Amino acid sequence: MSEEKRLMKGNEAIGEAAIRAGCDAYFGYPITPQNELTAYMAGGMLDRGRVFIQAESETAAMSMVFGASAAGGRAMTSSSSPGISLKQEGISYACGADIPCVLVNVARSGPGLGGISPSQGDYFQATRGGGHGDYYHIVLAPKSVQEAADLTYKAFDLAEEWRMPVMVLADGLIGQMMEGVVLPPARDASPRPRRPWAVGIPYGQRGSARRTPNHVTSLCLDPPALEASVRARFERYERIAEQETSFEAVNLDKAELVFVAYGTASRICLGALQMAQAEGLELGLVRPVSLWPFPSAELARLAKGGKRFLAVEMSMGQMVQDLRLAVAGSGSRVDFYGRAGGVIPSEEEVLAYARKLLEGKAASASEELWK
Amino acid sequence: MEVIYGHPKSLVSVQTKYCPGCGHGVIHRLIAEAIDELGVQDRSILMNPVGCSIWADLYYDFDSVQVPHGRTPAGATGVKRMLPDHLVVCYQGDGDLAAIGTAEIVHAANRGEKFTTIFVNNAIYGMTGGQMAPTTLVGQKATTAPRGRDPEGAGMGYPVRVCEMLATLGGTKYLARGSVDSAPNVRKTKQYIKKAFEAQLRGQGFTMVEILSPCPTNWQMGPVEAADWVASTMVPFYKLGEIKNELGAPAPEQGGKA
Repeated sequence: MSEEKRLMKGNEAIGEAAIRAGCDAYFGYPITPQNELTAYMAGGMLDRGRVFIQAESETAAMSMVFGASAAGGRAMTSSSSPGISLKQEGISYACGADIPCVLVNVARSGPGLGGISPSQGDYFQATRGGGHGDYYHIVLAPKSVQEAADLTYKAFDLAEEWRMPVMVLADGLIGQMMEGVVLPPARDASPRPRRPWAVGIPYGQRGSARRTPNHVTSLCLDPPALEASVRARFERYERIAEQETSFEAVNLDKAELVFVAYGTASRICLGALQMAQAEGLELGLVRPVSLWPFPSAELARLAKGGKRFLAVEMSMGQMVQDLRLAVAGSGSRVDFYGRAGGVIPSEEEVLAYARKLLEGKAASASEELWK
Repeated sequence: MEVIYGHPKSLVSVQTKYCPGCGHGVIHRLIAEAIDELGVQDRSILMNPVGCSIWADLYYDFDSVQVPHGRTPAGATGVKRMLPDHLVVCYQGDGDLAAIGTAEIVHAANRGEKFTTIFVNNAIYGMTGGQMAPTTLVGQKATTAPRGRDPEGAGMGYPVRVCEMLATLGGTKYLARGSVDSAPNVRKTKQYIKKAFEAQLRGQGFTMVEILSPCPTNWQMGPVEAADWVASTMVPFYKLGEIKNELGAPAPEQGGKA
């Protein structure tokens, strides 16, 4: 299929991109605000003779993903925050067994049942492994419907290349809004990816010689052996950080104050940046696209160059901790502005806060927000 | 000379870690024999459980996948949907299947997933050291039911008859309960397993064989006493035989009701 532009909801664009990337199997459980994605996959996958299952729970859906991937398929699941918490069991096992798969979190506000409005409160969970044990996985944060499609498509390749779950961390705004999107080309899904470690022998790959059995498991009861496998994984993480860190930089040359924001919050910052420019004030923006690996080196470089930062998040401040770690020791000042509970900050309030900072009037974000 | 009894091809020639008198070894062998007889070793996949049989992948000479405790039917769903021409065997204990994984087994069975579950019911938690299982009989002692399972007074509930519970679901096509307490029951159980595997390979729907199995260590009995306890105490509650057979073929005589 050639390149075409469509007007789509973010949730649908993610589904279409996954289908075009060659997703063999989708397993999901309904939860707002990502329901259009599960419904889109039901139609799109079943029409193509691929596997779609509405699972009994998010927990089960994630283990279905594990099984399908262990058996050689490009597998995917999606959910929203409370459902992603349930999937963390299987995500930990998948990371422990080096299972490639794609996870989508169309995040909502928490904690607990919280609300169904967009939030960035799942940053810690997404970038710190989220489940039990020593591990990380790649996390990509789209800012638009276009990028939601592009990053979902890319996530299948990254999962395969690095043998790990790759999460697309969107939020309810990106999932629900409609924008124009140029869809990536549809791939032929019939050849399964080459996975010498997978179980079974897919159609068309049968040889004459019997190979030794493959065991796909995260179990290892020998501490030195388990340590060695964890260390090997962490060496892979270092290569991922070198090769897969991605971010967008806007107007850094002229700006003293640089916004650091991802996803929906980064678009609000961009709007504030443009409003400021129209008024003669130059602000910058660093937008991490990969949240893990985090663009620490670039931020450290900017800090050494004398920039100061304002992290803006739809949370009480999670990514800002990675920013602070990145610039630690540079003497660079880091401020934070955040809204929680599904409240989306306006461009005006973000710009007003940036101005206060530059005028030396804002002492701290929390002081500003809660008085 | 003709070999009439040998080591199954599908089992690796190693000594198992199981306790003396444990039923797992016999059950492992029955599965391997059935796979050998069907000639499907190279397209068999074991869904390796969490529990005493956590090392089953050491013993079977074919591929395996291990998912979280209780999620075996969900993992098997993913495997089988990707590899529909393979024989997928879920091996699950009573805690795995009837407690932490109740949702998964019920819904996989109801979807009619085309794999076979071997459900080992020893009425106790083995690996963790003798705690009460969903299948622990009323009055039976466990470390977490020190005075015996008390369904009402202590609110411990009643033992779960899994075959009977799953029999109400449309997706289940073959549900049988065997036992490895005696040679005749071992032979019958083998027939149930083979029948379930054949049905799976024909793509007939969800199949399960529950197997009553002794756990001398956690029952604090000798192996012979434990086997006797299966017959005297478990079998009256967990009736042996084919609980549900909708395979459409006449049941062979040796596989009929016990």
